[in-house]
Amino acid sequence: MKIIYNNVDFYYGNNHALKSVNLNIEENKITALIGPSGCGKSTFIRTLNRMYEHIPKTKITGEILLDNENILTDAYDLAELRKKVGMVFQKPNPFPKSIYDNVIYGPKKHGLKNKDALDSLVEKSLRKSALWNEVKDKLNKSALELSGGQQQRLCIARCLAVEPEVLLMDEPTSALDPQSTLKIEELFQTLKESYSLVIVTHSMQQAARVSDQTAFFLNGEIIETGTTDDIFTNPKDQRTNDYITGRFS
Amino acid sequence: MNKKLIRRRRLKNALFQGVLISIIVFSIIMLLLLLYQVFKVGFSHLSLSFITSMPSRFADRAGIASALAGSIWTISLTILFAIPLGVGTALYLEEYANKQSWWTKILELNISNLAGVPAIVYGMLGLAVFVRFLNFQRSILSGALTLALLILPVIIVSSQEALKSVPSTLKEGSYALGVSKWQTITGVILPFSIPGILTGSILAVSRAMGEAAPLIMIGAAGYIGFMPKSPLDSFTVLPIQIFNWTSRPQAEFQDIAAAGIIVLLVLLLSMNAIAIVLRNKYQNRMD
Amino acid sequence: MKKKIKKREFIIEKSLILFAGISIITTLAIIVTLFGETFQFFKEIPIMDFLTGKTWAPTLVPKSFGVLPLLVGTLMIALFSSIISLPLGLGSAIYLSEYAKKRTRKIIKPILELLAGIPSIVYGFFALTFITPLIRQILPQTQIFNVASASIAVGIMTLPMVASLIEDAMMAVPNSVRNGAYALGSTKMEVALKIIIPSTSSSIASAFVLAISRAIGETMIVAIAAGQSPVLTFNPLESIQTMTGFMVNMSLGEISQGTLEYKTVFAVGTMLFFMTLIMNLVAKGILYRNRERY
Ligand SMILES: Nc1ncnc2c1ncn2[C@@H]1O[C@H](COP(=O)(O)OP(=O)(O)OP(=O)(O)O)[C@@H](O)[C@H]1O
Ligand SMILES: [Mg+2]
Repeated sequence: MKIIYNNVDFYYGNNHALKSVNLNIEENKITALIGPSGCGKSTFIRTLNRMYEHIPKTKITGEILLDNENILTDAYDLAELRKKVGMVFQKPNPFPKSIYDNVIYGPKKHGLKNKDALDSLVEKSLRKSALWNEVKDKLNKSALELSGGQQQRLCIARCLAVEPEVLLMDEPTSALDPQSTLKIEELFQTLKESYSLVIVTHSMQQAARVSDQTAFFLNGEIIETGTTDDIFTNPKDQRTNDYITGRFS
Repeated sequence: MNKKLIRRRRLKNALFQGVLISIIVFSIIMLLLLLYQVFKVGFSHLSLSFITSMPSRFADRAGIASALAGSIWTISLTILFAIPLGVGTALYLEEYANKQSWWTKILELNISNLAGVPAIVYGMLGLAVFVRFLNFQRSILSGALTLALLILPVIIVSSQEALKSVPSTLKEGSYALGVSKWQTITGVILPFSIPGILTGSILAVSRAMGEAAPLIMIGAAGYIGFMPKSPLDSFTVLPIQIFNWTSRPQAEFQDIAAAGIIVLLVLLLSMNAIAIVLRNKYQNRMD
Repeated sequence: MKKKIKKREFIIEKSLILFAGISIITTLAIIVTLFGETFQFFKEIPIMDFLTGKTWAPTLVPKSFGVLPLLVGTLMIALFSSIISLPLGLGSAIYLSEYAKKRTRKIIKPILELLAGIPSIVYGFFALTFITPLIRQILPQTQIFNVASASIAVGIMTLPMVASLIEDAMMAVPNSVRNGAYALGSTKMEVALKIIIPSTSSSIASAFVLAISRAIGETMIVAIAAGQSPVLTFNPLESIQTMTGFMVNMSLGEISQGTLEYKTVFAVGTMLFFMTLIMNLVAKGILYRNRERY
């Protein structure tokens, strides 16, 4: 197992947003998180790279093991964690810098200075995010001139450049058109050969299309997990069934 | 009947609008009159030798060289003290401080109160602390420190506004890459907010450049016959030189006061113009 | 590497706290220095003589330390400048937020900003060499240095601040509020007077208080144009001395620490500080208690 959640509880102030969550996330698989709005999917994602630390008054208990090490201890270095666990946001958020500078932002801040190494890292990351062919001639143009879908793939490249092992994606295609969505979904399939992916989505079709494992969240609890095939063809819990057949909002 | 009423209401509205427009026109006329008066009186006295000469007992030989140099010295040091302190404080308040804590609330209340303290009171502070207590004497250094404290609240507040305009998604993007807070500040937050910070800072500095009262309080001289060479030299500044000439009874001195004002206004207007250009660039990017 | 970054982050955060602390130290230093000298002053001059005395002659023989002439002078400047800055500031704000088209605003706002950015020394010059002669043409009995001329200049200088504070509040009123009234056939004037002004009344009040506080602390205009004669008068055509005017006047000569003159400057400064501080707090209090919410 790449990641193991043991009885994780999470609070925003008094709001109990995750309730004794237990979940195993496998290496080189795509895990989809589904569930109605406000059920805690984004919160779950935020616990995996400790992004919640930027929100005041949050509290977490339990254990999250990444490669059998508890990431919630103070001893676990935050920078190391986030280098290992990359994150892509719902809305593309490239920095207002050139495409090149966006990709090298992370590695440079982590101390990589060699120009050749940076150059090859840029190409490698952009190839992996299937953007290289579209931007190779305009690496010095502003990232804001790219289309929404291209921006999102740039954000994925930016993430890959720090050489993570896990990729978290919170509704990565919800702000994109169908064409761009398709491109990114195809990208997932190649990415999963080298990374473990955790993807939040509101689209049942997307979850069914791209993921290997699925976890269904409701009110901060995980109601059911299993292989995507099982969840979608043979749900054990009535509430899961209701949700995937569209009887929930 | 009803129509008559509507007509009356419309008429009233038009009258009201007329009053408002005349108010605006009044402001514009005042600005023009002020500029006209200054230029009418001062322009003919403006010359290269006016800028390169020392002040003198004779109006036709007097110049602003030492005052201009004093202003430049003082303002440069003021910038050196005030901008790092102001931006640093703003960074602390926006990026580090816990907004809910009593310490932060006291800090912010304190800063907004300091912004309302009259300039002349800062002069007394400078006199007691820098001139006497720290024994910097009536020097450029004392003046610059005094002015720095005076404009500090303005720089802090405008920098805070600029920092608030940085989208949180950009910061999160950087943090999510494992980049530390300070690296995020230098990598994303400052590059994004620098035009706004500069705009506010330039306006604050140009205010310091026009101040006379606090520097008179710390004992900047009315007459300086040499060019200042170090921060510990005694000094005068353009506004004080202008004040000095304006308060003399002879008309010739008021004429050269006006010439001095023209120089001061040109300096201030060019600083303001830079600030406005920066702001427009910035706004276009935000739209 | 990791340790180094952590250490640097720690040092930076602590230094920034130190930076922020400077503003607290500034306030404390203001209070301590003002209080210290003022306390010394009141050891020599009974506080009641200071507050209720009608003669201000700290450098003459016999000395007299009745601050009322300075106080009345200051308040006259504040009052007469308000007659200009408050209504005209309010009117400009209404025009900018309710009547002006976007393009007009773009021209007028920089003009107001310019007006606000002109140093007070320049207004002082303008008052003495332009406004005063004008007043004396109309009212020849006017003295060369007089309250009226200085007040007009102070009023013009504070007008932009009043306008921009109020305009900000008016622009924050959502358009839905206006549209409701326009749909009922209201004219712009009716909307401005019956809806916009009432719903921004606390911002308006707060801006007014701030403008008065600014006028009280204004120095160079009054030092140049209002005169240096501390007489107790209510006639705006006569010369007076304000609290700030006195402070500047004293500082132009050498005054050495420890002398009664030095302490006197601080006593007047303390009074000025408290007057403006209270007004600023009142202005903030008004805003805080009636925060406009939509
Ligand atoms: N920053 C925050 N501060 C306080 N409460 C929050 C915060 N973010 C989320 N919550 C609360 O935590 C709960 C879970 O929210 P979360 O964002 O994880 O839901 P979600 O499943 O991602 O929903 P959606 O599908 O709408 O994105 C909700 O009750 C929400 O109100
Ligand atoms: Mg979410």
